[in-house]
Amino acid sequence: MRAIRVVAVNVFRESVRDRVPYNLVVFAILLIASSYLIGQLTAGQDVKIIKDLGLAATSIFGLFIAIFIGIGLVSKEVERRSIYGLLSKPVSRAQFITGKYAGLVLTLAVNVSVMAMAFYVILAYMVWTEPPTIRAGWDAPGMDPALLKAVFLIFVELMLVTAVALFFSTFSTPILSAVMTFGLYVAGHFNADLKNFERVVSSKAAARLARGAYHVLPDLSAFDVKTQVVHGLPVPLAYLGTTTAYGLTYVAALLLVSTFIFSRRDFK
Amino acid sequence: MRPPRDIAMVVLAVVAFASAVSLQIVRDRWYPRGDTELEQILYVRSGAALQRITLSFDAVAADVYWIRAIQHYGGDRLSGPTAQTKYQLLYPLLDLTTTLDPYFNIAYRFGAIFLSEAYPGGPGRPDQSVALLQKAITVMPQKWQYYHDIGFVYYWRTRDYKTAATWFQRAADQPNAPNWLQPLAASMLVRGNDRAAARFLWQQIAKSEEAWLRRNAEHSLRQLQALDQIDQLEAVIQRFPPAAGEQYSWDDLMRRRKLIRQPVDPAGAPYVIDPATGRVRVSEQSPLFPMPEEPRRFTQ
Repeated sequence: MRAIRVVAVNVFRESVRDRVPYNLVVFAILLIASSYLIGQLTAGQDVKIIKDLGLAATSIFGLFIAIFIGIGLVSKEVERRSIYGLLSKPVSRAQFITGKYAGLVLTLAVNVSVMAMAFYVILAYMVWTEPPTIRAGWDAPGMDPALLKAVFLIFVELMLVTAVALFFSTFSTPILSAVMTFGLYVAGHFNADLKNFERVVSSKAAARLARGAYHVLPDLSAFDVKTQVVHGLPVPLAYLGTTTAYGLTYVAALLLVSTFIFSRRDFK
Repeated sequence: MRPPRDIAMVVLAVVAFASAVSLQIVRDRWYPRGDTELEQILYVRSGAALQRITLSFDAVAADVYWIRAIQHYGGDRLSGPTAQTKYQLLYPLLDLTTTLDPYFNIAYRFGAIFLSEAYPGGPGRPDQSVALLQKAITVMPQKWQYYHDIGFVYYWRTRDYKTAATWFQRAADQPNAPNWLQPLAASMLVRGNDRAAARFLWQQIAKSEEAWLRRNAEHSLRQLQALDQIDQLEAVIQRFPPAAGEQYSWDDLMRRRKLIRQPVDPAGAPYVIDPATGRVRVSEQSPLFPMPEEPRRFTQ
């Protein structure tokens, strides 16, 4: 456990050294600037648009971090040959993979938390500046705690994307890993279409293949509850629970496969 | 202390950037770009395709199309292209907005009001307005406001009072519907429509939390007030016609002390009198122009 912690903390420190937290500044500027500009353009829909924008920015900034750091987690160590030094220490390959993953998840957790805080500060400002008559017309309260449900599922989705990036990183080059991770991200959002493929094809084999792909590919569209929370629609806790459990199980499966592949790699 | 070379490089960078901006300004002045034409283009018209392209960012894409819809409507209303092309993107933009975010309540209601508005205030397409609201009902079938808005379009734009009454009744049947809908539906079914009903409906809309909806309702209420004033003025004019061979004019009425000053509409613009017939109308310069078509009662 200690070895995992040491590797994880190092990944986190490295991301700070790589100036990853700079994205938080961009996020804050984006929200502050848009909260002013959007008010001039949107015929009273500014709080809805700020919520959409804040959640989308949290998701996309996190996605970039997950992909662009995730793909280098293992391959960078191999390229720099620092892997030899690392593996000569009392760190198993499983601990190495788990530690790398935990480190990036820690980076993402800090990022997502700070973004959520900045997001709520902007929303608090909007609530404070808008008169009660305008606030009465909002679909959901300005500082709706339900937004955290969407933020939480974005975080679980990013955990899954990080696991995908790490998985590719164990056997492929960074560029190829980035392409494949992004491809899987896109496919994961189309996944729901595969479920009902039999409605559009007559071939049973094709339908079964599509159904199989639906189960094998990560079902990322399930993590998207942004529209529901912004409009104040209910997102049951049971849904959050089952989707989170699905995400964590998928992550565990990917980490196990990544460890298996990484264990079989010969670094002599 | 920074070395002079670093400072020189920063200064050069600033100068280069400023030069680029200046060149851009000069070029735009010499070769103006057709921004208006570009604005009239809608590259993707399929909401389903856009939903897929935008992955999980469909709500943000809906916001972008919503902003475009407002800009398009506002731009065309203020000046914009010719009558044939005016507002031509309003329905597709609102349709895309509501496909990308099916719960975008205000986009449906905005469509209800402005798609049905007669030219030049809107495209004069109550059919599109109703289509958009029916789309809203498929997503949120328990929101009485959409049924009410369809009723309002039939009542105010197409003058189909029986269909309007049916929709007001359907609105009244929804949970949390206000209690004034039921009598409204019943009275409309019996006696068609009159200006009092129009005023009542606009007064309900004027209570909306949405500022632009309130503004539009207040504008319509001022138009109704102008219609009342025109009736009163025409009554005075008919009672005190000009001498034989003379034309109708405000000056004549003021000279004979039938009016103390030239009458102005609720927006402050002077009313116009037809010299030949004595009919009164709002000035084309008035913010209330064009006036709505007068609601009618059933004749049978």
